Amino acid sequence: MHDAHFPLTDLLFGIPALLAIGLYIGAVLLTNRSGRLRKWAWLRTVSFVAGVFIASAALVGPLARLSHADFTAHMAGHLLLGMLAPLLIALAAPMTLVLRTLNVHLARKLSRLLQSSFVGFFTHPFVASVLNIGGLWLLYTTNLYVAMQSNLLLHIIVHIHVFLAGYLFTISLVYIDPVFHRFSYPYRTVVFILALAGHGILSKFIYAYPPTGVPEEQARIGAMLMYYGGDAVDLLLIFILFKHWYQSVRLRKFASMVERAV
Amino acid sequence: MIHTVDAHSDNRVPFARRNLWSGILFGLGFVAFLDETLFHQLLHWHKFYDKSTVAVGLVSDGLFHAFSWFATVGGLFLVADLRRRNALWHKMWWGGKLLGGGAFQLYDGTIQHKLMRIHQIRYNVDILPYDLAWNISAAIMIAVGIGLIASAKRDKRVENGAFSNA
Repeated sequence: MHDAHFPLTDLLFGIPALLAIGLYIGAVLLTNRSGRLRKWAWLRTVSFVAGVFIASAALVGPLARLSHADFTAHMAGHLLLGMLAPLLIALAAPMTLVLRTLNVHLARKLSRLLQSSFVGFFTHPFVASVLNIGGLWLLYTTNLYVAMQSNLLLHIIVHIHVFLAGYLFTISLVYIDPVFHRFSYPYRTVVFILALAGHGILSKFIYAYPPTGVPEEQARIGAMLMYYGGDAVDLLLIFILFKHWYQSVRLRKFASMVERAV
Repeated sequence: MIHTVDAHSDNRVPFARRNLWSGILFGLGFVAFLDETLFHQLLHWHKFYDKSTVAVGLVSDGLFHAFSWFATVGGLFLVADLRRRNALWHKMWWGGKLLGGGAFQLYDGTIQHKLMRIHQIRYNVDILPYDLAWNISAAIMIAVGIGLIASAKRDKRVENGAFSNA
C-alpha cells in the first residue's frame, strides 16, 4: 500500500478508538453518580482502555506501518487485534455498561435486540469460530493476503473483520456480559478445542507453505509467533472458561445444601 | 502409600472416577507441556515442522496440542474441585497421571513420530536409542500408573469391607 494512505487509515481507526474510550469513561462517570447503582469496577475501565490501545497499536502508528513490509510484524499486529484486544474489551463488560447507562425504555429495546435470533446466530460458538478461524484460513491460504496489501478498501475490511470475529469468538466462549443464547460448558469446551486446533494447524501450514509474496524466513517466524502467541492468549481464555465452570458447580452445590436445610 | 486417612472421614470413594480422570487429563497435559518446553524450546531437538509430515499428522498434532492446554488447566481445576469436596485421592490421582502421561508419550513416540512423521526426537544422530528410551519410559509410566490405580481400587474394596484380611 502507498504511504499516502496512512493518514486516512490513521484517522479512520484512530477516531473511533478515541471515541470509544471517551464514551466508556463518560458512561462510567455518569452512572457512578447514580446512588442506586454499584460503583463500576475500575479494573474494567483499565481493561477497556488497554484493549482499545492494543487494538489501535495494530492499526495506527509504527507497528501498522511495519506490518506492510514485514510478515512477522503483521502477525504480531494480528495477535493484538484479533486475540488480546478482544479479550481485554470483553472483560470490560461494555454491554453491561451500555445497559446501565441507557434509560429503561432504550435498555429494553437493546435487550430485545440481544435476544433476537440474528444476534444468537453470530454469537453461536460454532459460527463465531468459523468466522474467526475460517477467516484466517481464507486470508493466509488464498491470494487475499497479497490483495489486501494493494487494495485499501480490502485492507480496512480485513482488519475490521479480524477484530470483530475475534470479539465474537471471545464472547461466544466466555460469558462476561449478559448472554441470552447460552451454551453448556462441555459444548463450549469442545468447540473451543477444535477452534484452537484449527489455529495451530494453520500456523504450521503457514510455516510449511508461506502465503504468496512472503519471504520464507518471515513466514517461519510469523508462523511460530502465531502458534505460541495464540497459545498464550488462549490459555487466559481457557482459564476464565474453566474458572466460571468451577464456580457454577459450587453455586449448585450450595443451592442443594440450602434446599436440604429447608 | 498413605493409609493414615480414615476411609469414612472424606469423600474419596464416591469421587474415585473423578480423581482418576483428573489425573489422566493433567498427566497428558503435563507430558505435552514438558515435550514443548524441554524438547522444542530448551534442547531444540524437536523441529517445529518436518517436511516429511503427512497431512493427517498436522491435524493430529494440532488437535493434541490444543487439547493438552485444556487438559492441563481442566485437570487442575478438577483437583481444586476434589479438594473443596474433601475428596482428593493421591494414589488414584497419581495412577491416572502416570497412565495419561505415559499413554500420550507412547502415542507421540509411535504414531506421531514414526507413522505420521511429525518430527523425530533428535536429528543427525542414530535415532534408535532415543526412540527406545522414549517409548520404554512411556510403557513404564503406563505400567506403574495401572499398578497404582489397581492398588487404589483394592484399598477402596478394603474400605468398603469387601475383604476382611486387609
